[in-house]
Amino acid sequence: MNSHDLFIAFWTILRREIRRFTRIWAQTLLPPAITMTLYFIIFGNLIGSRIGEMGGFDYMEYIVPGLIMMSVITNSYSNVVSSFYSTKFQRSIEELLVSPVPNWIILSGFVLGGVARGLGVGLIVTLLSLFFTDLQVQHLFVTVAIVFLTAVLFALGGFINAVFANSFDDISIIPTFVLTPLTYLGGVFYSIQLLPEFWQGVSQLNPILYMVNTFRYGILGVSDINVGFAFMMILLFIGGLFSYALYLLKHGKGIRS
Amino acid sequence: MTLALTVENLHKVYGNGFEALKEISFEVKQGDFFALLGPNGAGKSTTLGIVSSLVNKTSGKVSIFGVDIDKDLIGAKLNLGVVPQEFNFNMFENVKDILVTQAGYYGIERKRASERADYYMKKLGLWEKRHGAARMLSGGMKRRLMIARALMHDPKLLILDEPTAGVDIELRRSMWEFLRELNAAGTTIILTTHYLEEAESLCRNIAIIDRGKIIKNTSMNALLQQLTTETFILDIEDALTQAPHLEGYGVRLIAENVLEVDVEKEQGLNGLFELLQDNNILVRSMRNKSNRLEELFVSLVDKTLNQDNA
Ligand SMILES: Nc1ncnc2c1ncn2[C@@H]1O[C@H](COP(=O)(O)OP(=O)(O)OP(=O)(O)O)[C@@H](O)[C@H]1O
Ligand SMILES: [Mg+2]
Repeated sequence: MNSHDLFIAFWTILRREIRRFTRIWAQTLLPPAITMTLYFIIFGNLIGSRIGEMGGFDYMEYIVPGLIMMSVITNSYSNVVSSFYSTKFQRSIEELLVSPVPNWIILSGFVLGGVARGLGVGLIVTLLSLFFTDLQVQHLFVTVAIVFLTAVLFALGGFINAVFANSFDDISIIPTFVLTPLTYLGGVFYSIQLLPEFWQGVSQLNPILYMVNTFRYGILGVSDINVGFAFMMILLFIGGLFSYALYLLKHGKGIRS
Repeated sequence: MTLALTVENLHKVYGNGFEALKEISFEVKQGDFFALLGPNGAGKSTTLGIVSSLVNKTSGKVSIFGVDIDKDLIGAKLNLGVVPQEFNFNMFENVKDILVTQAGYYGIERKRASERADYYMKKLGLWEKRHGAARMLSGGMKRRLMIARALMHDPKLLILDEPTAGVDIELRRSMWEFLRELNAAGTTIILTTHYLEEAESLCRNIAIIDRGKIIKNTSMNALLQQLTTETFILDIEDALTQAPHLEGYGVRLIAENVLEVDVEKEQGLNGLFELLQDNNILVRSMRNKSNRLEELFVSLVDKTLNQDNA
């Protein structure tokens, strides 16, 4: 396979992934749009007006970046976990296994499919937020880079989850018991400065905090954490998870007996 | 002479400890039409699964057109097309998309993939269903879809694991024709089937596997030569009340108009007909009691069963 063939193989997988989630848009794109609109109305407008300022900003302005990030995280994760799991479940993964597509292309195709949905939903939520607040992006590069890398990281997470999953239940355990709490506690709704010192320390162990804050820094220009450190950490995590996912594919974990 | 497939000391122990293959070895020459036969659970799909990298091997060596799958897996897969025993496409995808997507995995551009898909869908009777979801195909159509899919990249070696299971007789014949053409055009084919007449009519070489071991690996002709006795059924004109005595032949009266006769290989049929003539028995028609390969197969598999139990 030369690079032209590899590109076609990659694009074939990515295209199929994008078609999958756009075909079932009512399950993939619509629900986050509705949920986030409700968040904007209830937290931003109704409750937010009572809260006043957060980190020097209007509460609505403060939570919008967090909510965008939250939808990117959940959607890139859940796209890959459900797509790869059902590919495994229906055994159509065998179409890829018998073909000469190298594992890193398979992985990249699925991951970028998840990224496409994460960013797509992120964009929808961003557009919806414009009905409620003005967004003025302070650091465009930081904003784009962090949202992309976050989507990659969680898409990888979804992939690994799907490799280990043996039933449809297994693909909702991590999102429910790990991702959701970490996201809610990851500074989407509040600045950790509000917490007692001990809980500030604990919060700093939460990787999602770094992503949400870096994204908020990109848009609003303020952050609870060091942005450079956040980038370094997320790149490290991506490297680690990518290698681990490749290792699992190579050994056929969950897909070859 | 080039070898399309070499399997050396292939051993497979599944995760649950079951030993499915016990150091099997065989070769398939380029251009061959090769049958891998054996009873249920013998290890055929396991063998083909390992060759097509759907199953991990425990030990042993597999090369496809001289390319070792441990050394250059991607290179080895380029020449291989696989039709597995179980349906393994996305049931919700439409028929044409399944084919075009598969071609994409081999670096074939969409335009050319689409032309090839059209060609095979017409050839294999799937054209009417091209826009439908795969789940709406009948069982036989699903099999043909898997064949079309395996051919999208024009493989030099085609592996078919029970391609005609659940396919009606007419279609099966047309599939045979299709496979013969493919083989004549140069594609090496390995086939498993439980229809032994199919193997007999299509395949030139054969391996019989039983409980993880190869018990026979030879040419189809050589194997059929081993058949020492054939049993024929004769439909006769006039009703009989008891089996006639035909010197040297075992004869049984099955129904008043039906005789069953055992003929040794060296005896031939002329003598039998002379005796029938002498006895004024008029034969209306005659056929083999069962498929020749079937008889051999049963006796070979029984033999190893007895040896193992001894
Ligand atoms: N994933 C698995 N785990 C454990 N044992 C397995 C697994 N797959 C197959 N086996 C066992 O390995 C043996 C060989 O199975 P295989 O599917 O290769 O048989 P086969 O010759 O293709 O049979 P059939 O004609 O029924 O398709 C069987 O005893 C089967 O139960
Ligand atoms: Mg089988």
